[in-house]
This record gives sequence, structure tokens and C-alpha cells, in this order.
Amino acid sequence: MNFLSAISVGLKEIWANKFRSMLTMLGIVLGVGSLVAQSALVKGLENGMKEALIAIGGLEKVYITPQAIPTWQQHRKDQAVGNTMNDIYALQRSAPLVHLVTPEMQTREVTVTRAGKAFNPWHFVGTWPAALELNQHVVEHGRMFNAVDDEEARSVCVIGTGTRDALFGSPEEIGREIIPVGEYVNINNQRFRIIGMFEHYESEMDRKAREQALERGPEPGQSGPTRKRGRTSGRGAFEWKNNTVYIPLKTMWLKFRAGAVGGGTGTGTTAGSSTTASVSASAGIDTAPDPRLSTVYFKVIDLDQMNNALQQVKNVLTHTHNGIEDFAFNTQENWSENITTAIRNARLSGGIIAAISLLVGGVGIMNIMLASITERVREIGIRKAIGATFLDVFVQILVESVVIAVIGGLAGLLASKGLVELLSLVSPTGNTPVMTVDAMLLAFGFSVCVGILAGIIPAFKAARLNPIQALRYE
Amino acid sequence: MALVELRNVSKIYHLGGEEIRALDDISLDIDGGEFISIIGPSGSGKSTLMHILGCLDSPSKGTIRLDDTMIEKASQRELARIRNQKIGFVFQFFNLLPKLSVLQNVELPMVYSGVSSRERRDRALEALKLVELENRAKHRPMQLSGGQQQRTAIARALVNSPKIVFADEPTGNLDSHTGEAILQLFYKLSQEGRTIALVTHDPEIAAVTPRRIEIRDGKIARNVDAKLAGAGSTPKFSVPTQN
Ligand SMILES: Nc1ncnc2c1ncn2[C@@H]1O[C@H](COP(=O)(O)OP(=O)(O)OP(=O)(O)O)[C@@H](O)[C@H]1O
Ligand SMILES: [Mg+2]
Repeated sequence: MNFLSAISVGLKEIWANKFRSMLTMLGIVLGVGSLVAQSALVKGLENGMKEALIAIGGLEKVYITPQAIPTWQQHRKDQAVGNTMNDIYALQRSAPLVHLVTPEMQTREVTVTRAGKAFNPWHFVGTWPAALELNQHVVEHGRMFNAVDDEEARSVCVIGTGTRDALFGSPEEIGREIIPVGEYVNINNQRFRIIGMFEHYESEMDRKAREQALERGPEPGQSGPTRKRGRTSGRGAFEWKNNTVYIPLKTMWLKFRAGAVGGGTGTGTTAGSSTTASVSASAGIDTAPDPRLSTVYFKVIDLDQMNNALQQVKNVLTHTHNGIEDFAFNTQENWSENITTAIRNARLSGGIIAAISLLVGGVGIMNIMLASITERVREIGIRKAIGATFLDVFVQILVESVVIAVIGGLAGLLASKGLVELLSLVSPTGNTPVMTVDAMLLAFGFSVCVGILAGIIPAFKAARLNPIQALRYE
Repeated sequence: MALVELRNVSKIYHLGGEEIRALDDISLDIDGGEFISIIGPSGSGKSTLMHILGCLDSPSKGTIRLDDTMIEKASQRELARIRNQKIGFVFQFFNLLPKLSVLQNVELPMVYSGVSSRERRDRALEALKLVELENRAKHRPMQLSGGQQQRTAIARALVNSPKIVFADEPTGNLDSHTGEAILQLFYKLSQEGRTIALVTHDPEIAAVTPRRIEIRDGKIARNVDAKLAGAGSTPKFSVPTQN
């Protein structure tokens, strides 16, 4: 008997017992369905995480924050200088394994006001133009401040769309997009001109949702809240970037540090960049403005050289910090490792659940095949009596089992699509599930294997039947 | 040389220490073209003999040669092939597959000998014509009368042109009229030169065949060959009226 006719016999047998076969397939359907669906969910999760990682500047981005002086160096406490512009220049000079070395000076408790509206930006920093590339910002309207703006300490700022929404109103509220370039705002009561605005950062999923909402057309009562849900979907990295206000470093120093202490002067030791001259006007040591940077950013040129680069930076900084370890490296590696672990765990637990349902499906198939050959002892006896070999019968039963599994597997692939859609409905703020061909092939392959394994024992039992005993069986 | 040679064949069953000799040292030759009936009381070992002759069962002792093949030395695979190619078997209870059509049932032996589907169809229809069932090809066995089912089974037994056809009480499950028709069919097939051995416990049926073997307690009690005895081989029933 050839293979094709074995398949057609198998199909007929399954068709003859439609209901029973369908019930038997259910386990496989669920197994394949859940395997594909869970892998789609995990893939969506992974994509979302990767997007977020890129949004915060990628794995290459490293930042240096101040750290408490270790106890064994406490006696030299007075010599600790913190992160200063000296570090920046030293790194630019002596650390060729890194680039985009960028200082950041932050001020908390800042309020931006305009026409009665007030907003506390999540991220208000004075920095260099290089911050644009470092943090993968894109200025969509206007321009980023440049070296001249910094040198002259101009009162200019570049904002994110979140800041715009808070001060000028969001496109959803107003019905059109406001581009506030050229407008003035007050930052802690100092007048600043907006010279640029970043593009709106959002995850792939949020973008799609927003575009769909746009296509559907504005529903006055509905569009607001819908958008809101999209925005507060916990995509921290994107919102963080949207709620940013950037000003030139020197402006920050003069207007919010040095200026804030009433024209006080630095001690002259390590004052920030070109600010030394203008700041060293007068005042006593006790009221000296803080010359320290909040953060020093840089990017490692080659990710594979991460350790060497960090060592190099450490050597340079040890020198500028008088050998005191009052700084710490922060990389995104931990974050990315956590994500990888989380994804692996999700994949593993989902895989185990799917494997168990496939196993149960397999046991179901085996059970039904055993019942089926018991019912068909006579048929098998007749077939053997007229010339079927061991192999003929073995293949026939095995093919039947595999055909059940294959149909179940195909149905499972369809079911997984429905399942994924259902899950997206249940948790619309999650990441868009991505069904991959790999996962589908894997799940389908598994179901075929399950069919084969489940069929072997019944097929062997059937093929070994003695024709005489089979024919005498009533 | 004979088509089938049985030498000192015994079939012994052991039931709880007790020994049952279903066949006890039987030697028997069947030549090509013979028409034989095997007769004996219930439990005498007729079916056992048939099954051993038909390579469905193996003897406990003794040797069988079928068409120059030593059966006891053949592998399972070779036995399946012999059953498929050289032997046609007709059962008392027809043993058709209920889910297949009449045509598919007749095609089945050819499925296992790898005949192409077109040739399968042609030959199956030919065999059905031989038993005058070509107009019932599409029916299911359950839609046929007992006699028609048995004729289907005969067509199936003949379809691979076997060397010999074995029939175990082919009329045992039919009324006497239908049984007679089946018997006429066998007679006709025998006249066409086929080798047929059939089992019966009805002496009237046995009287039709030229050669008659009587079995009692697993032994051959009598071996009557009409040709050798010089008796007329004319059958008692009228040939060949069809129903
Ligand atoms: N599997 C078996 N185990 C034990 N004994 C068996 C078995 N098969 C057959 N026998 C015995 O062998 C003997 C011959 O049985 P067989 O079926 O050949 O008889 P038979 O002549 O065909 O009878 P009937 O006319 O009733 O069909 C019987 O006594 C039967 O009980
Ligand atoms: Mg019998």
C-alpha cells in the first residue's frame, strides 16, 4: 500500500468518526494554539523592550553618577571633587574608546509656565548639543541649540511634545497640532524662547493605535480618552523623552546654579566649562554655586569593547578625581539582562504549558487509536488475510494518528490567531503580539511528532495481530 | 508435482495442560485444477486445516509446500505476499469491509500488491462481472443480500488470479437456494480451470465435487476421488441456471 492511499484511508477513517476525532484533536489544537499564541506574546514583549532600549539610547550609552565615597577613603573626603567639566575634557582628550561625552546639569523643582498653565518637566537639564545624538532625539520642528547658544548662554530651550501638550494643549484636545517654535515660556520665572521641538516619541503599538483612531475619524466624545489610554500605557522610556526640556549647559549654570545663589562665585577649582570667568565675580565660599554635573554621559564606540572602554574611563576619572572613587558607572546592561531573563522565563513557562497540553493531546490520540484498533480487530484481520504486511498495517494506523495530529495542528494555528486577537482585546495596552513563522513551524512540527509518538504503540499492536485470532474475534 | 503438499501436519493446542490435537498428522496433496471438498463434523478440524492451507495459521508440526515454496520457512512478509498473490480466501461470514464499496472491497488485495489505481478498477470490475455483480459496484456490502455479499467475497478472492481458492463453509451462512447458486459459481470457476478447495459439513454439497476428503478428530478418515473411482462427476444440481 503506498503512502498516499494510506493517507486517504486515514482521512476516511477520521471522517467516519468525525465527532470522536474532533474531540481527540482538541488537545493538539489547544497545545499548538497556546504555543504559537504565547510565543507571539513574548515576541511582542521582546519587540517592545527593544524599542524602549533604543529609545533610551541603546546599550552603548553609559552614564556616570556621583557615588558616596567608600569608607576606606573617608579620610580624604575634603579632596573629593565630584563630576565636573574637567572630567568631560579629560575624557574627550584621553579616552578614545568612547565618544559623545556629554555633560548634564539638572535642576529639580522647576516649573515651566505659560499663559496660566504650569508644568513640571520630568527631565529639565542643561546640556550640550551632543545630547541630541546621545539620546537619539530627533528635532522635528525648529532646531537644537548649538555651540554659540551655549557660549552666549542664551535663554533658549528645546522641548518634547509632552511639554508642549501641557503648556499649549495636545493635538487631540485642540484638534490641530500646535508648533510652539518661537513662543516664549517662563522657567522659574525666567523668560525662555522655544527654538525647537522633538518629534513625538511612542511605541510602534501606540503609533498604530493612534493612526487607526485617526482613520476612524474624530469622534468628539471618544477620541480624547482613547488617546489618553494610549499615552499612559506605561511606556516610560517614551514618555520620559516627550516630557523633556533641554537648555544649553551654560545657561543652566548661569541662570539656575550660579544665578540662583545671587551671583555667587565658584571656588575656582573646577567650575563648569567656560562659566568660570563670568561666575567668579564675587561672594564667599559658603555660598559658592555647585559646579558639579548631575551626570556625565558617553557612548562606547564598540559594544564588544565595553569592559576596556569602562576601564579606560575609570583610569581617566581616577586621575581627575584625585584617586577618590566618588563616581559610579551605570550601563543599560543590567536592564537588558533583566529583560532577557524575563523573556526567557515567559517563554519557558509558556512553552511548558504548551508542551503539557500537547502531551495531553498525544495521550488522547493514543487512547483513541487503541480504542479504534480494538474496534477494528476484524478489519485488520481481513486486511492481513488478503495480503497486508506488518508494515502495511503499521503505516496505516500510524498515518491515521499523524493525520489527526496534523489536522489538529493546522486547526491550532488558526486557533492561535484567534487566541492572539482575543488576548490583544483583553489587554489592549500590552505590546502588539507578533506571530512568527518559526513559532508556527515549531508548534506544527511538535504536533506531528506527538502524532507519530502517539501512533507507534497502537500501530505496533495492530500490525502484530494474528489474522486468525483477529478473524475469530467477535 | 502437486500444487499443495501437506506432510505430517499437526496442529496442537494446549489448554490448561490438556492437549487438543485439532489436526493430527495429516498428509495431503492437491493438484492444480482440482475441485475438492473437505467434509467432517463440527470440531473435526476443517477450519484449522483451511487456515493452515491458506497460510493464515502455521502448523505445530509437519511441512507444507505451496507452489514450490516451503511455507514454514517463509518470513511473515513472504507469507503476506503468498496470501496476497497465490491464495484466495472465502469466509463463511463474508468478511467484507463495511466502510468500503463493493468495488473497493474487490480492489483491496490489489492495493496491497501495488497495482495502479486504474488497473485496479479495471480488474475489479472484471472480477465483479465474473460473479455478475458489476451493477452493484458502488454499493456498500450492507446494501447487498447475503448471496451477493458472498459473491463479492469470491470476486475479491479471484481478483489477483490466485493459484488456489480456499472457501471455509462459503454457503454456511446462506439459505439453501442462495447456497446452491454460490456452489454453481464455484463449479463454473472450477470448469474454467481454477483450483478450489471448499469446506462444508453438508454431504450434498460435498457430493458435487470430484474429490472429497472426510476429516474426523483431526485425521483424514476418507479420501474419495471420483476420477480415480471412475464414478461420474456430473453434479446433482442442474448446471448452469442462474437465479
Ligand atoms: N485457538 C484455539 N485454541 C484451542 N483450541 C482450538 C482453537 N482453535 C480451534 N480449536 C479446537 O480445534 C478443534 C478444531 O476446530 P475447527 O474450528 O477446525 O473445527 P471445524 O471443523 O471447523 O468445526 P465447525 O464445523 O464447527 O466449524 C476444535 O476442537 C476446537 O475447539
Ligand atoms: Mg469451521
